[in-house]
Amino acid sequence: MSDARAALIILAKELRLELRTRELVGATIVFALVVVVLFNFAFDPTASEARRFGPGLLWIAFLFAGSLLLNPSFARENQNDTLDALRLAPVSPFAIVAGKMLANFLFMSLVEFVLIPVFSVLYNVSLLSVVGRLILVVALGTAGLVVTGTVFSAISAHARMRELLLPLLLLPLLAPLLIASVEATASLMQDPSALDRTWVTFLAGFDIVFLTASWLLSGFLVEE
Amino acid sequence: MRKFKIHAAASLLVGALVILSGYAALFIAPEERTMGLIQRIFYMHLPAWISMFTAFTVAVVANIAYLRSRRLKWDWLGVASVEVGIVCGTIGLITGPIWAHPVWGVWWTWDARLTTTFILWLLYISYLLLRHLVDSPERRAQLSAVYGIFAYLDVPLVYVSNRLWRTTHPQPVFFGGANSGIDPTMSKVASLCIYAFLGVMILVLVQRYTVERLSHEIEDLRVQLDSRDSDQSVAPRYSSEGRAR
Repeated sequence: MSDARAALIILAKELRLELRTRELVGATIVFALVVVVLFNFAFDPTASEARRFGPGLLWIAFLFAGSLLLNPSFARENQNDTLDALRLAPVSPFAIVAGKMLANFLFMSLVEFVLIPVFSVLYNVSLLSVVGRLILVVALGTAGLVVTGTVFSAISAHARMRELLLPLLLLPLLAPLLIASVEATASLMQDPSALDRTWVTFLAGFDIVFLTASWLLSGFLVEE
Repeated sequence: MRKFKIHAAASLLVGALVILSGYAALFIAPEERTMGLIQRIFYMHLPAWISMFTAFTVAVVANIAYLRSRRLKWDWLGVASVEVGIVCGTIGLITGPIWAHPVWGVWWTWDARLTTTFILWLLYISYLLLRHLVDSPERRAQLSAVYGIFAYLDVPLVYVSNRLWRTTHPQPVFFGGANSGIDPTMSKVASLCIYAFLGVMILVLVQRYTVERLSHEIEDLRVQLDSRDSDQSVAPRYSSEGRAR
């Protein structure tokens, strides 16, 4: 079986699990909404301030929501020792990790798909004219988040206090991703909007570096 | 015994270097024209950062070596150098603001170099936390090695992103060639201080490695002792039965 097919099967399994339990994406969306609402009380921004702080708020909400959403990705395999079953499957370890990355990417995209319009309405920031370029930036940023986050979820699944550990491992590492995504999003929210290519390139570079690293190291994540 | 002699000689050498560099930094190096006395903290600040980066580089080499060979001694080297690196980083993080406040007027600024080292420091504290929270030694070694490599890969990315963002840290003037505007004595004193600090760092690193190795040996012995005890706790029961009979 090719790795791509194996990854797609893992992806299908993750999606089926989420469709049956319906616990992960819904809760994460609510969490992200709470962050966006609380931000209003913390800063009470005017329309122009919302334009200025908005990108940062959005990405902080995505990163925090992501560090919650990614936690069960490997940890829930512990409950019934199903990771052992996955290990027995005759597929490369990276196929397992990649399948989970794809699933997490879809889950995060769903969260963002709900959150961005709500943000746009609540803070009076019109994003309709830049929607195509915004999708590009958000997809690149989310890819970096789920690639590193899925790997660290595999690491923290073996630790005590894993719910606390994952954000501690993940968030400092994502500092450059946060800067780049916020700057790229901010360049879109400006008037007139102009996509900052430097930051888009940087985001793509971030994704490539850590995707390659997780491809090389995935064997050590999955094996016993 | 031979090991002990080498160690004693190295300690004496480093001790002499530390005294010499301290004297040189305080009395031989000329006073900086605009910053004055406070600039002398630089002779501790720069060596601390260089030692931190050296220690973290040793750590990532040890992490890769562990994943390739699965020999626990590389794990001991990894944790030893991360801990020593964090101590050096903490010294740098404390001496930096003491210097920055009178010179820049602020304790801290989010400039590329400061941010990079601060994030690096945080990442390696997370590395120690991760080790603390994983119980099995082999798994701990393996997972922390993977994390260590990811953390090290992040360093250039943090630096570049902050560089693009904004930067105010003074450009490196030391070792910048003849026209960098630095008194040659200052450069010499700075090199001396770097060697002294690196020497201390390596000495502590070796000690920390030994402690890690010994604690691993003790753990092994304890496991052996436990298994022997459980054998013995079975044995007397049989003998008492024998007496009763």
